[in-house]
Amino acid sequence: MVTETRAGTGQAEQAEREYLWTLNFGPQHPATHTTLRIVLTLDGERVVDAVPDIGYLHSGFEKLGEHLDYNQYVVVTDRMNYISPLANNIAWHCAVEKLLGIELTPRCKYIRTILAELARISDHLLCVGAAALDLGAMTAFLYAFNQRELLYEIFELVCGARFTTSYTRVGGLMYDVDERFIARVREFIKQFPAAHANITRLLNRNRIFIDRTKGIGVLSREDAINLGCTGPVARASGVTRDLRKDEPYLAYADFDFKVVCMKEGDCYARYLVRMAEMLESLKIVEQAIENLPPGPVNVDVGTRVVLPEKPKVYTTIEGLIQQFEVIMSNRGFETPVEECYGAIESPNGELGFYIVADGSDVAYRARCRPPSFIHFAVFPYLIRGHMVSDVVAVLGSLNIIAAELDR
Amino acid sequence: MGEAQVQDKAEAAAEQPAWLDFVEQTIAALRARFGQEAIEESRFRDNVRVIVPATKVYEVLAFLKNERGFDFLVDITAVDYLHYPNARDRFAVIWSLMRTDNGARLFVKTFLNEPDLTVPTVFDLWKAADWLEREVYDMFGIRFAGHPNLKRILLPEEFSAYPLRKDYPLRGRGERHNFRRLTREQS
Repeated sequence: MVTETRAGTGQAEQAEREYLWTLNFGPQHPATHTTLRIVLTLDGERVVDAVPDIGYLHSGFEKLGEHLDYNQYVVVTDRMNYISPLANNIAWHCAVEKLLGIELTPRCKYIRTILAELARISDHLLCVGAAALDLGAMTAFLYAFNQRELLYEIFELVCGARFTTSYTRVGGLMYDVDERFIARVREFIKQFPAAHANITRLLNRNRIFIDRTKGIGVLSREDAINLGCTGPVARASGVTRDLRKDEPYLAYADFDFKVVCMKEGDCYARYLVRMAEMLESLKIVEQAIENLPPGPVNVDVGTRVVLPEKPKVYTTIEGLIQQFEVIMSNRGFETPVEECYGAIESPNGELGFYIVADGSDVAYRARCRPPSFIHFAVFPYLIRGHMVSDVVAVLGSLNIIAAELDR
Repeated sequence: MGEAQVQDKAEAAAEQPAWLDFVEQTIAALRARFGQEAIEESRFRDNVRVIVPATKVYEVLAFLKNERGFDFLVDITAVDYLHYPNARDRFAVIWSLMRTDNGARLFVKTFLNEPDLTVPTVFDLWKAADWLEREVYDMFGIRFAGHPNLKRILLPEEFSAYPLRKDYPLRGRGERHNFRRLTREQS
């Protein structure tokens, strides 16, 4: 297999580097979790260089975005970061609503906030659990997945799907939530800290876990900014940025929560930031669920972007016409001939959509700024000089989701 | 949607982002440096864009990074305006910048036309540009002069088209069928 490292193409240098050997990591490897490939150049067991080779899961999501309308495309966003699909749904529709200038109802904002934070918890659980699993700590993974199962059940209750939720709509949500949802979330809030403490007790002072993660893959604050890192990866390096605080969208301005930051910037810091963020998210969920405002979840039907309620469609002529106006391919809703970037703080970092609208109900261009893509580009900087066994530790701490990476 | 939009404009005026003054000063500084006509400004919602000619784009970006503190490159993307209503130019490249300490966002946009689809790389300013520029090259065929490793990133090396261009069909031009197949015996 022909591979190349960034440095050393000259003849003399080639001879000097003869003792180096190449290891192909992935695309099918249990520790990559999904299909991504890294070509490692090794000096014994030490990684000299790593060249990520991506695109195995490229499915042309951005091209699809130019052919599906603003409501249909939400189905595709599920498939981006499938660890927390709700966060992608919300990111997409927040960007679309920014473009259309729609102000959501308070109830919708709260429900979206709750679900975004539950999605964050589920994403962080998987990341922490899988990172620990790759380092040999099986039990923490099981605790994490137990909790994820409860979250899946909540998502299923809300929208009927555990995994591919597609829950948001332009100007609102697919369905309103009911009392059972509130009860389930309260139950989750009550029991989660104990499970969280279990994981903490298993890992935080675990000698092997600390040896494998502390001082590994150190990302300085300057590099984190220069390389475009966001989310927990940046916050573990001391970048105090969180869009929930800096550009409060949805209902985040109403809640009391902290942005978790650390200075070390190593794998252990990224783990701790994610663990602490879960508890902050839980605080937000708790405040939101206890103050859930009443009222409609969708914006007024007069804005001509939301579908009317189903009973109205079946029983009234206005409802039927309304449904027709929104659904028919030659009607749809009008958009400004403009372009707009809207971003949210997804569990992985800043997830933004740059939407170019041409007046029709289909985006002219739907660019996604995927945090995994940016973070995977950082990987070679983090791994150089470490042992080959640290590859999985660094990879696990970055939480690369190949579906989002390749789109 | 007439009424809703009017109301929305009033709301938008009410809650301007705190960094807007800083961005306005930045645009004034850009105009002082590069001339009034070189810097075109446009706004939509809270997005502030400056449109600059391709020949000056590197200097503008370097100025923004070094003199105005835009230390964070959020995104680089491109748009093909082939079928866009009232479009004069074919392509646009958009750099999305941010300042980490005050959260100011600014979009720098430049228009490109065939056959000269080249803009300078900003890899020396922000290392984040590496993969983002490769992706734009991969999808649109826009070259970034001076990029250390400008290769396709998502698509295979032997792919012959630029799929996010508007004249490329959704279902492709049959590239898939023409790929060399490796069977188990050959590999």
